[in-house]
Amino acid sequence: MPKKKSPPITEAWRGLTFTRRALVVGGAQAAVGVALAARMAYISIVDNDRYVLESESNRVNLTLVPPRRGWIVDRRGKALANNRVSLRIDIIPDRLHNKQLVLGQLQTLLRLDGDTMERINRDLKAASGFQPVAVKEDMTEIEYSSILVRLPELPGIAPQRGFARNYPTGAAVGHLIGYVGAPNAEEYQKVKDPLYITPGYKIGKDGLEKYFQDMLKGEPGARRVEVTARGKVVRDLSTQPDVQGKTVHLTIDADLQEFVARRMGRESGAAVVIDCQNGDILSFVSMPSFDPNSFSDGISSSEYAWLRADDHQPLINKATRGLYPPGSTLKPMAAIAAVEHGVDPSERHTCIGGYRLGNRFFRCLGTHGSVDMATAIMKSCNSYFYWLAHRLGYDAMAPTARLLGLGEEFQLAGSNQRYGTIPDSAWKMKKYDQAWSASDSLNAVIGQGYVSVNPLQLAVMTARIASGRRLYPRLINREFKTDPLPFSPEAFAVARHGMDLVVNGPGGTAGRSRLPLDGITMAGKTGTAQVRGLGTGNGKSGTWKFRDHGLFVGFAPVDNPRYAAAVVIEHGMGGSRAAAPVAKDFMTFLFDREKAMEALEGFEAGWGGTIKERMDRDYAAWKSGAASDPDPGVPQ
Amino acid sequence: MIPVPPAIQRIPWKLIAILAGITGFGLLVLYSAAGGNWSPWAWQQGVRFLVFLGAALVLGRFPLRIFENFAYIAYIGILILLLAVELLGFVGGGSQRWLNLGFMNLQPSELMKVTIVVALAHFYAQLPPGNTRTFTALWPALVMIGLPAGLVMLQPDLGTALAISIGGVVVMFCAGLPFWWFASTAAAGIAALPILFSFLHDYQQKRVLIFLDPESDPLGAGYHISQSKIAIGSGGIGGKGFLNGSQSHLDYLPEGHTDFIFATMAEEWGLIGGFALLFGFFLLLRWSTRVALKARTRFGQLTAAGLTMTIFFYIAINLMMVMGLAPVVGIPLPLFSYGGSSMLTIMTCVGIILAIENDSKTGHRRFN
Repeated sequence: MPKKKSPPITEAWRGLTFTRRALVVGGAQAAVGVALAARMAYISIVDNDRYVLESESNRVNLTLVPPRRGWIVDRRGKALANNRVSLRIDIIPDRLHNKQLVLGQLQTLLRLDGDTMERINRDLKAASGFQPVAVKEDMTEIEYSSILVRLPELPGIAPQRGFARNYPTGAAVGHLIGYVGAPNAEEYQKVKDPLYITPGYKIGKDGLEKYFQDMLKGEPGARRVEVTARGKVVRDLSTQPDVQGKTVHLTIDADLQEFVARRMGRESGAAVVIDCQNGDILSFVSMPSFDPNSFSDGISSSEYAWLRADDHQPLINKATRGLYPPGSTLKPMAAIAAVEHGVDPSERHTCIGGYRLGNRFFRCLGTHGSVDMATAIMKSCNSYFYWLAHRLGYDAMAPTARLLGLGEEFQLAGSNQRYGTIPDSAWKMKKYDQAWSASDSLNAVIGQGYVSVNPLQLAVMTARIASGRRLYPRLINREFKTDPLPFSPEAFAVARHGMDLVVNGPGGTAGRSRLPLDGITMAGKTGTAQVRGLGTGNGKSGTWKFRDHGLFVGFAPVDNPRYAAAVVIEHGMGGSRAAAPVAKDFMTFLFDREKAMEALEGFEAGWGGTIKERMDRDYAAWKSGAASDPDPGVPQ
Repeated sequence: MIPVPPAIQRIPWKLIAILAGITGFGLLVLYSAAGGNWSPWAWQQGVRFLVFLGAALVLGRFPLRIFENFAYIAYIGILILLLAVELLGFVGGGSQRWLNLGFMNLQPSELMKVTIVVALAHFYAQLPPGNTRTFTALWPALVMIGLPAGLVMLQPDLGTALAISIGGVVVMFCAGLPFWWFASTAAAGIAALPILFSFLHDYQQKRVLIFLDPESDPLGAGYHISQSKIAIGSGGIGGKGFLNGSQSHLDYLPEGHTDFIFATMAEEWGLIGGFALLFGFFLLLRWSTRVALKARTRFGQLTAAGLTMTIFFYIAINLMMVMGLAPVVGIPLPLFSYGGSSMLTIMTCVGIILAIENDSKTGHRRFN
C-alpha cells in the first residue's frame, strides 16, 4: 500500500471524502432515476400501440358460435336434413373452481350415468383454459331450466341454445345422407381450426354430409365479451351472427325415398329409382339402415353394438357396396347383345327343360317348348339363353353389358362404390390364368358364375335400356353427356317388349306385379340369384342366410319410359316373389300416391309399425337381451 | 403576520407534505385497485400511514446519541432474531421469514435493513481516522454485513439480502475506504456472476432467466413482467383514467396492490402519473441526502447516507422490476404499495434521518 505517498488521514480529509462520495452516490441515484423515467417513457410512448393491443387482447375474449349447417333438400325443396334447436350445457374449465361440487350437482340434476361422468372428467383433464367441455346436449326444457335457475351456484357452467342436425325421415335417408359428428383429434390436427374444438360444432362424417362439407358448413359467428383473468365474463361487447351453410339440392324425391324405405319392410336389400329423362336418382335406399339422428347426437356404444351385431348389416350401403349375382335380370341385356350380333329375334329355340353342353346338362326352371327371344325373356327361359351364349360366346355380350353400365364405377357424389365384375375371357385369363370355357358363358348369361353387380348398376342398366341413351346416375344437378347408345332400335325393341311381357304378358314371371293403374303399365325382369352352389338345398326355404336373392329391374310407363328402377331383396327367395311387388308399389306411388300409401299401411300393420317404431322396439329388446346375457352374440 | 408558535415551526411540514403526497396518491391507486372501494386496502393503509408518521415524528425528536448508543445492541438482537427465524423454519420444515408475536408478524430482515446502516455508521464513527484505509476498517464491516445477509439468503430472500448489503456497502463507501477496493470488488463480482448464479435456488435462477427473456414463458413465470409492461405501456401518456384500468381490474396484473402497484398506477395515470411519483421520491431522497451532507456528526452523516440508499434501493429495484429491467424480486414500492412491513422500515428510516436533521439544527458541527 502506498501509505507514505497518501495524504495524512485527518478528520477534515474524512469530511471532504464523505461529501465527495455522498455526492457520487446521490449522482448515481439521480442517474438511475433518470434512466427509469426514460424507460417508462419508452414503454408508454414508443411501445404504446403494441401494449394497448395486448391489453385489449387480454380484456376481450372471442367466443365462436358454431354456424348453422346448410340444409339438404330434395328436388322439390323438402328437407332431408335440417337443423333443430338444441339446448346444451358446457363447462368452462377455467371458471370451474369447485369441480367436485359442481360435477356432483350436475350428476344429480341431469341424472348423468357413470360413462358420461367419466367422459367429462377425461375431457376436463385434456381441456385447457376457456375451451369448453360438453356436459349434455339435447336437453329437455325442464332439464335446461333446472340448470338455469341454479346457475349462480354452479360457477363454470355455460348453458347454450344451439342447433343440432335433424333428419326428419330418420333411417330412410341414413345411407343416402350420411351423418355428422363432433370432429375428432386427427381432424382437428389437420385443419387447426378453433371451431373444430368448439362444443356443438359438427362436421360431415359420412355420405353426402361429408362430401358437401365445404358447402354445408357456413361461417361461424363470434361473441366478444370482456373477461377477467380468471375467465369471468364482465359484460358483452358485441356479437356477430353466424352465416348458415349453403343448401344442397338433391335429385332425390323425399316422399318416394321414404316410401321405398318403408316398403322394404323387414327385408334386407336395396332399391334405386332413376329418372329415365336425365339420370336423376329419385330414390336411393338401402335397408335396414341406421338412424342418422342417433349418430349426429353421438351414438351410444350399445346402440352401435346393436347395429353391428345385426346380420342384416344396417351399416352397409347395399345400393353401392352390395355385390350380387344379377341372375336373370341380365337377360334383356343378353338379348340386345344377341340382336347386335345378328341373331334374329324371331328365331325359335326349343326348351326341353335344359341345355346339353358336352356331357353336362344345364337345367332350365321349366320346360318351355319352342320360344322366340321375347318369349324367352317373358318366361325367363334359361335354355334359350344358354343356346345364345353357346352360339355367340360371352365375349360378344360383355361389351354390351359394360355399355349398359354394368361393372362401371360412376361419378356419384358422396358414394363409395364396389363395382363388381363383368367377366370375359381376357379377365379370366388375367385373374385365374385359365381359358374361358363354354360353360362359363352359359353361367354368365344367366347372371351367375363370375358375374356380380351392385343395385345402382342394375338401375342404370334398366334406365339405359328404357331410354336408349347413355344416362349417368346423379344426385345433384350435374351435366353428363347422355349420347344415344350404339344399339339398333330393333335390339332395344325386343328387350323392352320382352320386359313388357314379363309383367303384362300371359304367363310372365312378374304377372302378379302389374300396376293397379289405368293406362300405365310397367315393364320389368325378375331375377333369382343363387347364394350357394347348385345342389345345396333348393334356395327356397331353410336358413335365411342360404336362401336365394330376389331381384327385379323395371321401368314405367312401358310406352314412354319415365322411371327406371332396380330392387334387390337379399335372401328374398326369388325376384317375382320378393322384389317385383316392392317395385310395383313404389311405381304405383309415383303415379297414384294414395293408392300406394293404402297398400303400404296395410303391410306396415302386419310388420309391426313404421321403421322407427320397429327399430326402437328391436333395440329395446336387444338391450334387455344384452343386459341379461353376458355375451350377447348375434341376435336371431 | 400571525406569529407561528415554535412548537408548530419545529414540525417538518415540508417532509410531511412529501410523505403524505406519495402515500395519498398510493391510497387513490389502492382505492381503484379494490374496484373503487376504500376497503380492504386503502383505508387500512391510510390509518397505518398516520400511525407510522406519528411514530417517525416522535423518533425524530429522540437525541441522536441514543441511536448511536444502542446501535450494536440492536444489531446483535436482530441478528439473534434472524437466527431464531432460521431455526424455527428448520424445525418447522420449511422456509420462514417472520416471527409471530401474537399481535403482528415481525419480519426481522426488514429491521436489519435499518440496523445494519446504523451499526456500521457507529463502527466507522468510532474508527480512528488513521485506520480508514487499513484492513481494520474492512473486515469487521464485512462480517457485520455478511452474517445477516447470509442468514437472509438462506430464507431465501434475495431481494432483502441485497438491500442489507447495499445499505452497508454505501456506508463503507462514504466512510472513505479506498476507492479501488470497491472498484475491484465490483469487477470481481461481475466476473463471478455465473458462479453466483449457480448458487441461487432453482426458482431464483428461473426468475433471472425469465427476466432476461420474459417472452419465453408469457403464461408462466414471465407472466408478471409481461402483464406489468402491458399495463404500463397501454397507459400511454395520460393513462386510461381513474378506475378505468383493465389490466388491474380484470386481474391480469398479479399483485396489483402490492409489488406491482406502480403498473396499476401507470395504467390509469399514464406517464404523467409516473413522472409525478418519481418527482415525489426525488424530493424525499433530496431531503435525506441534504440531511446527510449537513449532518453535525460523522455518525449522522453515514447513517443518513446509508438510509437514503436503503430507501432508494426499494424504489429503484421495484421500478426496475415492474418495467422489466430487473428480475421479479418481492420488493414493494415504499409508501405506495399496500403492506405494513415495508412502510415500517421506510418510516423508521425517515424517523432516524429526521433525528439527524434535528441534531444538526441543535448544536454545532463536531467530528469524532
